[in-house]
Amino acid sequence: MLSKRIIACLDVRNGQVVKGINFGGLRSAGDPAELARRYNAEGIDELVILDITATIEARRALADTIRAVARELFIPLAVGGGIRTEADAAAAVEAGADKVSLNTAAIADPALITRIAERYGSQAVVVAIDAKRAAPDSDRFAVFARSGQADASLDAVAWAREAESRGAGEILLTSIDRDGTKAGFDCAMTSAVSSAVSIPVIASGGAGGLDHFVDVFTTGKADAALAASIFHYAETSVRGLKTYLRERGIPVRL
Amino acid sequence: MIALIDYNAGNLTSVKKALATIGAEVFVPDTPGDLENAAGIIVPGVGHFGATRALDQPWVDAILARVGEGRPLFGICLGMQWLFESSDESPELSGLGLLAGRCYRLGNPQSNPQSVKVPHVGWNSLAIQREASIVDQVANDSQVYFTHSYVAPITGDTVATTEHGEAFAAVVQRGHISGVQFHPEKSGDVGLRILRNFVELAG
Repeated sequence: MLSKRIIACLDVRNGQVVKGINFGGLRSAGDPAELARRYNAEGIDELVILDITATIEARRALADTIRAVARELFIPLAVGGGIRTEADAAAAVEAGADKVSLNTAAIADPALITRIAERYGSQAVVVAIDAKRAAPDSDRFAVFARSGQADASLDAVAWAREAESRGAGEILLTSIDRDGTKAGFDCAMTSAVSSAVSIPVIASGGAGGLDHFVDVFTTGKADAALAASIFHYAETSVRGLKTYLRERGIPVRL
Repeated sequence: MIALIDYNAGNLTSVKKALATIGAEVFVPDTPGDLENAAGIIVPGVGHFGATRALDQPWVDAILARVGEGRPLFGICLGMQWLFESSDESPELSGLGLLAGRCYRLGNPQSNPQSVKVPHVGWNSLAIQREASIVDQVANDSQVYFTHSYVAPITGDTVATTEHGEAFAAVVQRGHISGVQFHPEKSGDVGLRILRNFVELAG
């Protein structure tokens, strides 16, 4: 039976892992390669490196970070943040990324999804969707570009469907409302998107406790769940989380 | 030296890195003639069966000649499917035909009444059906990383199966010809063990 994946995200700025709340307020959480090693030893299923710097110099540093993380890692590695062109995607793949995650650039130019999928295969293309509820109790989910700053005038469910039809292999769905809050994943949003596409949906934003993962894999219908801070500060061990999930009948790799 | 065939079906970086980690010497042949020097041949690949069109008759002839001399051949993912006769994904193309059977899409409503997501992406377990050198020291129920929509049928060559709505061939071996549907280069220690088993077969 296919396992539900637990994915650790490393938000990297200037070569260091950082973590913010509601897409702001960063604090440092360590060296990416060292964290990657630790997570791998603990049984993480996949890693995401999200580059949250935007300058050309930092982009070269990103390739070094990818290489350092990929060197001793034999699990899937996705890289996102500022991948705008096929050349950016090629640089990430050549440095050792198995998947590239597209966000703002895919919104601006959806054909980019297809071009990268044709070059590397759909399995290598993740479309990241940052969305928030139109109102606190709304069941409409609005997509935002530019790290949550710009309303993209897209509905998350419709955009996920379009991304799939253009060749995306997975959707990484982040709740802006829940990001860094530890209040739990937005299960209603995750379920709405997961039910609308046949490609896997990775839920992100809001992981705080073990039951949040149970919820997102059951009511949220997520195929994978991504978290950052709860792993970085060793509040929750990957193995402890997976044991908890298995005890509750959720298939995991242990 | 192990020949790793590059036919533009995905990126070879991860496979090269995994082979380097287990101490295998690898080269990427430029022409079919370069396979003369190969102690073993790996056909990797992800994506559409149509990509195997790049493995044209001179490549097919060279691979079959080396396999005929007893040199081990290993297919990964799409490379494993290519060892079979054909695939529904590109009915106009032939596979290498070293293994009998036709590859087909997961999630056929008749054979797969439970609705599962296709593509099959993620970690899933191996149900080992019989002993074979390619799974030497691989424990039953080990988990490995998959990403694919098409599968090979279960036949006498099947070594391990995996379930995703239905059972399919996850590991195959027939003498010195073997293959895996998953990505050993992305499957942690289990994957490295399987690559090492192939490299040892190639001497």
